[in-house]
Amino acid sequence: MIEVFIFATLNGLVTGLLLFMLASGLTLIFSMMGVLNFAHASFYMLGAYFAYSISLQFGYWTGLIFAPLIVGVLGAVIERYGLRKVHQSGHVAELVFTFGLAFLIEEAVQFFWGPDTKGYQTPELLNFPLFTLFGQEFSAYRGFMIAISISIFMGLYYVLTRSRIGIIIQAAITHPNTVANLGHNVPMIFMCVFGVGTALAGLAGVIAGPVLTTFPGMAAVLGSIVFVIVVIGGLGSLAGAFIASLLIGLLQSYAIASDLGMPDLLNLLGVEFERSHPLHDLWTITLPQIAPVLPFLLLVLVLIFRPTGLMGKREQ
Amino acid sequence: MIKKLTPWIGYGIALLILPQLFDSVLGISLLNQLAIAIVFALSYNMLLGQGGMLSFGHAVYYGLGGFLAVHALIKIEYEEMYFSIIYIPFIGGLSGLIAALFIGSFSTHKAGTVFAMISLGIAELVAASSLILESFFGGEAGISGDRTYGPPFFGIEFFQDSEIYYIAAVWVFIATLFMYLFTKTPAGRLANAVRDNPERAEFIGYSARWVRFISFCASGFFAGIAGGLFALNYEFLTSENLNAVTSGRVLLMAYIGGLGYFIGPIIGAVVLTLMNTLLSNYTELWLLYVGVMFVLTVMFLPRGFAGFIMMHQLAWTQGTLNQLFKPYLITALPAGVFVLATVALIELSHAEETLHFLGMPLNPESAISWSIGLILATAAFYATRRTLPQLRDAWDTANTISEEEGESS
Amino acid sequence: MRIFRIPMSLNYTLLTVLLSITSYTNAQEPIRIAFIDPLSGTFASIGSNGLRQLEFAAEYYFNSKGGVLGGREIEIVPLDNQQSPTETQVQFRRAISEDIRIIFQGNSSAVANTLNDAITRHNRRNPGAEILQINYSAVDPVLTNENCSFWHFRFDAHVNMKLDVLTDYIALNDDIESLYIIGQDYSFGHVVSETTIDLLAKKRPDIEIVGNEFHPIGQVKDFTPYVTKIGSSGADAVLTGNFGADMVSLARSIMDSGLEMPIYTFYAAYDGITATLGEDGIDQIYLVHNEISNPIPTEERKEFIRAYKAESPNSDVTQPRIINALRMVVAAIEESQSADPYDIALALEDMRFTNFSGEEIWMRADDHQAFQSLHISVHTDQGIEFDADNSGLGLYSEYHVAAEDTIVETSCRMRRPRR
Repeated sequence: MIEVFIFATLNGLVTGLLLFMLASGLTLIFSMMGVLNFAHASFYMLGAYFAYSISLQFGYWTGLIFAPLIVGVLGAVIERYGLRKVHQSGHVAELVFTFGLAFLIEEAVQFFWGPDTKGYQTPELLNFPLFTLFGQEFSAYRGFMIAISISIFMGLYYVLTRSRIGIIIQAAITHPNTVANLGHNVPMIFMCVFGVGTALAGLAGVIAGPVLTTFPGMAAVLGSIVFVIVVIGGLGSLAGAFIASLLIGLLQSYAIASDLGMPDLLNLLGVEFERSHPLHDLWTITLPQIAPVLPFLLLVLVLIFRPTGLMGKREQ
Repeated sequence: MIKKLTPWIGYGIALLILPQLFDSVLGISLLNQLAIAIVFALSYNMLLGQGGMLSFGHAVYYGLGGFLAVHALIKIEYEEMYFSIIYIPFIGGLSGLIAALFIGSFSTHKAGTVFAMISLGIAELVAASSLILESFFGGEAGISGDRTYGPPFFGIEFFQDSEIYYIAAVWVFIATLFMYLFTKTPAGRLANAVRDNPERAEFIGYSARWVRFISFCASGFFAGIAGGLFALNYEFLTSENLNAVTSGRVLLMAYIGGLGYFIGPIIGAVVLTLMNTLLSNYTELWLLYVGVMFVLTVMFLPRGFAGFIMMHQLAWTQGTLNQLFKPYLITALPAGVFVLATVALIELSHAEETLHFLGMPLNPESAISWSIGLILATAAFYATRRTLPQLRDAWDTANTISEEEGESS
Repeated sequence: MRIFRIPMSLNYTLLTVLLSITSYTNAQEPIRIAFIDPLSGTFASIGSNGLRQLEFAAEYYFNSKGGVLGGREIEIVPLDNQQSPTETQVQFRRAISEDIRIIFQGNSSAVANTLNDAITRHNRRNPGAEILQINYSAVDPVLTNENCSFWHFRFDAHVNMKLDVLTDYIALNDDIESLYIIGQDYSFGHVVSETTIDLLAKKRPDIEIVGNEFHPIGQVKDFTPYVTKIGSSGADAVLTGNFGADMVSLARSIMDSGLEMPIYTFYAAYDGITATLGEDGIDQIYLVHNEISNPIPTEERKEFIRAYKAESPNSDVTQPRIINALRMVVAAIEESQSADPYDIALALEDMRFTNFSGEEIWMRADDHQAFQSLHISVHTDQGIEFDADNSGLGLYSEYHVAAEDTIVETSCRMRRPRR
C-alpha cells in the first residue's frame, strides 16, 4: 500500500507541475488582459509538434530550446495582429476569438503533421530509471520534468516579485490604467506577457510530448483542465495557480490509486441494490472511474462557495 | 401593424415553400437540421446576446430535452403513454426547463467569468455522467425510439422525414415567435438592462440575479424544444448531443450570425449547418476552412453577418445602396479569385495525386500547377488591395447623411 | 481523388426521374457504394486509410478488369461522418438521396448501432428501396445477436469471438498467474472486461484478476497513475480494449515504467501506432485480429500489398476485411446477377469465399456474421517482410485458430422480409 501512495504522490507531482507550467502563463494573461485564452493548450500542442520536427533533424535538446521560442514568437504575433484587433469588440469577442483559434490550430496541426500519433521519443541521455522502488521504475525523464517545472516556478516568482519588469506587470494586473498613465507601454507589456505565457505552454508541450503522446487531440485533453486550475487558484495569483495545479494533480492521482467507490460506501451502510434497479449505475461508480472529471466537480463547488477562487483577491 | 407582421408572414411562407424547392431526401434532411439548429441557436442568444451570460454548456439542456423526448417516444411505443408525437418537442422543452431551473438556481448568482466557468464545469460533469449512467443515457450508443408508434395525426404516421418537417416548421415558427415576444416583455427588456449594467438595474429595484434566472430558464426551455425536435427527426440521442462540441458549435452559430440582432443566430445556424453538411463532401480540409472563416469573422465582422447586413441600413433608408453595388463587385472579383487560388494551393499541398478543382486538373507534382496558383493568388491579393480605397470612398459617400435627411432625423 | 465532386444531390429526385427513363436499361451505369466513416477530424486517419484500401481494391480487382455484371464499374462514394452518430444520419440520408443502396461502415460501434437502427427502420418504411449495411469493423456483439438485422452483414469477428481466442492464448501461457484488465469506460470496454473474466474462469480458474479498471474515454492525460496500480498489483499481464491515443499512451506508460509484462490488445498497430510504440514495445505487445500478418502466406496477397504500396507509399493494407467484404459483395452481385440489396443479401447468406490469403470465409445465414481464422500477432522487428508505418516494425502472427473453431452461438432471431 505504501508504494502505491509514494508513486501516486510522485505522479501527482509530475502532472501537477506540468499543469502549472500551462496555468502560470494562462493566469498572467487572464489577469492582465481579462482574456480567457481558450487556445492556451493549443500552444502547448504546438510546442510538442515543433519540438518533434526539430528533434528529427537536430535532436531533442535543440528542440527543447527552440520550440518554445518559436511558440512564444507565434503567440506574440497572434496577440499583436489578432487579439489586439479583437480587443475593441469586448471580452466576449476576445474569448470567442481564442476559441476559434484553438479550433484552427488543431486543424492546422492535422494539416501540416497529419492526424496520426507522432513517434516523439525521450532523449537517449535520460533513457534510464532514476530509481527503482518496490520493483517499479521512476524514469529519469520524469525527474527531469519535475526539475524543469520547479525551476520555471522559481524563475517566474523571482522575476515577478524582485525585478522591475515584474513589478510593472504586477501593477498592470491590478491597475492597468494607472500603469498606462505612468507612461508605460501597456500594449507592449500585454504582447510580451502573451508571448512569454505561450512560450511556457510551448515548453510544457516539449517536455510532455514524449511521455503523454504527441497527437492532434492532446490540446483538447488538457484545455479545460487548465481553466479549472486558473479559476480555482484565483485570478492573478501565481501562488494560487501553483497550489491549485498541485491540488488537482494529486487529487486525480490519489483518486486513481484508490479503489474506493460507491459499492464500498453502500456496504458500509449495509444497503444493497439489485442489478435492475434504476439507480444501479450510479451506485457502482468507483473513484478511479470518475477521477478525470473530479476537477470539474471541484470547480463548480469552489465557484459556488468562493467565487474568487482559493487565493484570488477580486472577481472578474 | 401590417409592417410589423410582414417579416413573420414571410418567415411562415418561407418555411412552407422551402420543402417544395428542396424535396429530395437530402434536401428535407437539411431543412430539418436547419429547423433544429435555428431554435437551438436562438435559445442560446437569449443567454448570451440578450442576457450577457456566456455559457459553455448550453448543449446540456438541448441534450437532456432530447433524451427525455426519446424516453417519451419509447413510452409511447410500449403504450405506457398515449398521445400524438407532435407534442414531443414540448416534453423536450419541459425537461430543458426543469434542468435549467435546477442548475440556474445556483449558477446565475453571478454573470461573467463565474457563470461561464460554472457552465463549463456542469457541462463536463453532465457529459461524463452521460457515459456512466447507462440505463438512462444508453452509454455511447445512446437510446433510440420509433416515432411511428404513436396515434396517427390526421392519418399521418410520420414514416418520412418530410412529414416531420411540417411538424418541425410549426414548432420553429412558434418557438421563434415566442422568443421574439420574450424580448418585448419586461423580463426580456430587463435582461438587456442587467447585461449592460447590473448595478443600475439593482438600483432601480430589480434583482439582477432573478432577471438572469428567468432568462436562463426560458433559454433552457427553448433549447429543450430543439432537443425534442432532434429526437423526432433522428429518433435517437447519444451522449454526443450534450457534450462540449455541441455546446461549442451553438456558440459559433450565434456569434458568427451576430449576437446583437434577433435574426443573427438564424443566419449563423443556416451558414454553419450548410457548411457542415455540404462542404464536408468536397474536401477533407473543410474544418480548416471553417476555422479560418470563423477567426476572420471574429476579427473583421465583430457584429457577425447580421451586423454586416445591418451596416447597410443607413444607405438603404437613404436610397444610396445602389451606389455601393459597383464598388462591391469591383472588390469582390479579385477577392474571390484570391480565395479560390488560395484554396487551390491548400488543396494542392495536401493532395497526393491529381485533383480536379472547379473542373481544372491540378497536379501536386507539376510546377505549372503550383506557379499558376501562386501567381494568381499574389496578383489577386494586390488587385484586391488596390480596389479597397475606391470601396472606402464609395462607402463614405453612400453613408454621408444628406442635408434634408439629416434635418428630419 | 474525391475532392470537389460536382454537387448533384440537392435536387436529385427531379434529375433521377428524368434520367431513370433513359438510364434504366443502360448497363454501363456504375454500381455505387457509399463509404460512411470519419474522413476529417480526430479519427480521420483510420477512415481515410480504409477508404484508400476500398477504392484501391475496387480498382484492382474489378474496374481494371472490366467491371462487374458485364461492364458496370464500382464507384465508391466517400461520405464523411466525423465518427458522429448524428452526422452519420445526415450522410445516410445523402446516400438515400443519391440512390445508393450499399453502405460500408466500420468505425465505432455507436455509429454502427445507430446506423443499423436507422437502416432497419428505413427499410421497413420504404419497401422496394432497401439499403444494405456492410459492417467491416464494428465489433459490438449485439449487432449479430439481439439487434441483428437481415440488412446488416459483419465481416469482422466480434469481441466475444476475439476474446475467446485471446483468452485461449493467455491460458496457454503458464507464466501468467494474474491479469490486469483496463479499458475505456464505455460498452466495448465493459464487454471486454466481463467476457474476459467469464472465459478465464472456465479456462484457467487459477489466473487471478488483480485489477478491473475503467477510465473515461479520451480524457486521461497521463496513464502513469494507472500503470503504478498495475505494477503494485503484481500482475503478470495486461489486457485492454483501448484504441487510438488511449492505447498508445497506456502502452507507452507501461513501457516507460519498466514493467516487462505482455500487453494483450485489439488495436495496437498501424496508423502511426506501430511507429510510436517503436523499439521499446518489441515482443511486449500482442494483438488479436483476423487475416494473418507476417509471414504472408500467398503470392496473391503479396502482389496486392506491393501494388498498393506502389500507389500509396505512406499507407499500409491495414484492414484486409474491407477488401474481403467488397469482394464478397461483388461475388454476391455476380451470383444473383442483380445489384438489388435483397438479392445481394440472399446470395451473401451461407456464402463461402476464399480470400487473398487463401483462407475460407463463411457468412453464417442465421445472424450474418462472417467466420474466418483468427490470429494473435506480436509487435516485433523479426521476420517482418511487410512492416507498418514504414518503421521496420510490424506484426508477426504467432498463434492461429481455424475458422471452424471460432464459431460461437448466436441469440439472433432474424426478421426476414417477405418478397
